[in-house]
Amino acid sequence: MTILDTKDAAEMEAETPQARDLFAKFGPLMAERDRLLDSGVRDPFAIVMDEVKSPTEAVIDGKDTILLGTYNYMGMTFDPDVIQAGKDALEKFGAGTTGSRVLNGTYVGHMACEEALKEFYGMDHAMVFSTGYQANLGIVSTLAGKGDYVILDADSHASIYDGCFLGNAEIVRFRHNNVENLEKRLQRLPPEAGKLVVLEGVYSMLGDIAPLDVMVPLAKQYGAMVLVDEAHSMGFFGEQGRGVAEAQGVIDDVDFIIGTFSKSVGTVGGFCVSNHAKTEFLRLVCRPYTFTASLPPSVVATASTSIRKLMHAGNKRAHLWENSKRLHRGLRDLGFKLATDEPESAILAVLLPDQDTAVRMWQSLLEHGLYVNMARPPATPAGVYLLRCSLCAEHTTEQVEQILGMFAAAGRATGAID
Amino acid sequence: MTDRTTVFASVKTLIEPFNAKGAELTEETTFVGDLEWDSLTVMDFVASIEDEFDIVITMNQQAEIETVGQLVDAVEELKQ
Repeated sequence: MTILDTKDAAEMEAETPQARDLFAKFGPLMAERDRLLDSGVRDPFAIVMDEVKSPTEAVIDGKDTILLGTYNYMGMTFDPDVIQAGKDALEKFGAGTTGSRVLNGTYVGHMACEEALKEFYGMDHAMVFSTGYQANLGIVSTLAGKGDYVILDADSHASIYDGCFLGNAEIVRFRHNNVENLEKRLQRLPPEAGKLVVLEGVYSMLGDIAPLDVMVPLAKQYGAMVLVDEAHSMGFFGEQGRGVAEAQGVIDDVDFIIGTFSKSVGTVGGFCVSNHAKTEFLRLVCRPYTFTASLPPSVVATASTSIRKLMHAGNKRAHLWENSKRLHRGLRDLGFKLATDEPESAILAVLLPDQDTAVRMWQSLLEHGLYVNMARPPATPAGVYLLRCSLCAEHTTEQVEQILGMFAAAGRATGAID
Repeated sequence: MTDRTTVFASVKTLIEPFNAKGAELTEETTFVGDLEWDSLTVMDFVASIEDEFDIVITMNQQAEIETVGQLVDAVEELKQ
């Protein structure tokens, strides 16, 4: 000991209050998790895929498992052209760019990817971000500044909320998919204030779609700009696969479409497309775009190839709708409660009464060889525990029947159905 | 009744459906601590307050409001 002897150290400790444990705020959640895991169930948030055989099959814990909980809606992850494009770019341009899009991180591949997006959406401008999360974070926080208003659906994705918290705008929420509630809030805001209305095509927890055909014109009527996140609808909705805004005939009135490469496109990355003349300037002022490394050349090459193939995926779209309808009807006939009366998207949410039933049901499905997502509040709306099933265009009709068999067995074993 | 008393009475009425614990409602009652509301309950409650008084309480403003009294003050101000 140099300066303090043992006695002094002890006295100091008694006088100086201990700094609060930074983990203390997680205490209640940690306790809940411990209780759940102590009951002997598997951790639903710690699944490891040992091997991935196709867009619809993987090996989990040595067991062949059907995947019904990915965002691989169009099954592009193993497309031979997509894989070849990635290999070529990897060899030609290396493993990564090690830099920002605005410095050394823009290669011809990034430009080609933006060209593919412009063609896919028929729009004038496209910005590729490193993830879909960053695309929302960046565009929402950059567009709406101090004194402006962001008006968002209460069930918006975390990336939209985080975009609000990163920016300086005033944040106003309206009830999920509630047109009247949106209009009342638009009416009450100062007419001269800048406004950005943020909507999603498909809401990912319940798989329900937004009434964009009513909400987009309404927002325009109050002078707002409109951003629509089409993460869960790209490739699947609309004649050209452009999303719910296209399917409902209002895409020309949408100012910004946000999307991701990590769902139908089958790799990772995010984007914003727009016809707005000043869009390009955002590259210089949008921090989540500027202050991060750009996507690796192999990733943008796989994305471009996949996006171009999705332009001509009419048959796949039709089969995916068939799968969604077949599974929805089958699950209902078995006695499960679903979040939507009709299948509205490639996501079907099976509602369960409590966390215990949800986890037991989830585990039983896994033991039968089926992976689905388990979701709980606050990711889900108030008090809802659900098993989220997301279908793929590559699921065969036979696989859908197999899936229904597994739901029947697991549902009876856990008492979720009679 | 003064205007503030009227607002306080209306706010109390609107809290009741969400007051599962039956906590006593005073100026100092806190939403998170005393009423134990989670973020989803707050969302529902705020929507009902907004519609009752025909105002908008932004999420930024909500972050500053901890007690029933502070909410009544905010409603008074926003109504002007």
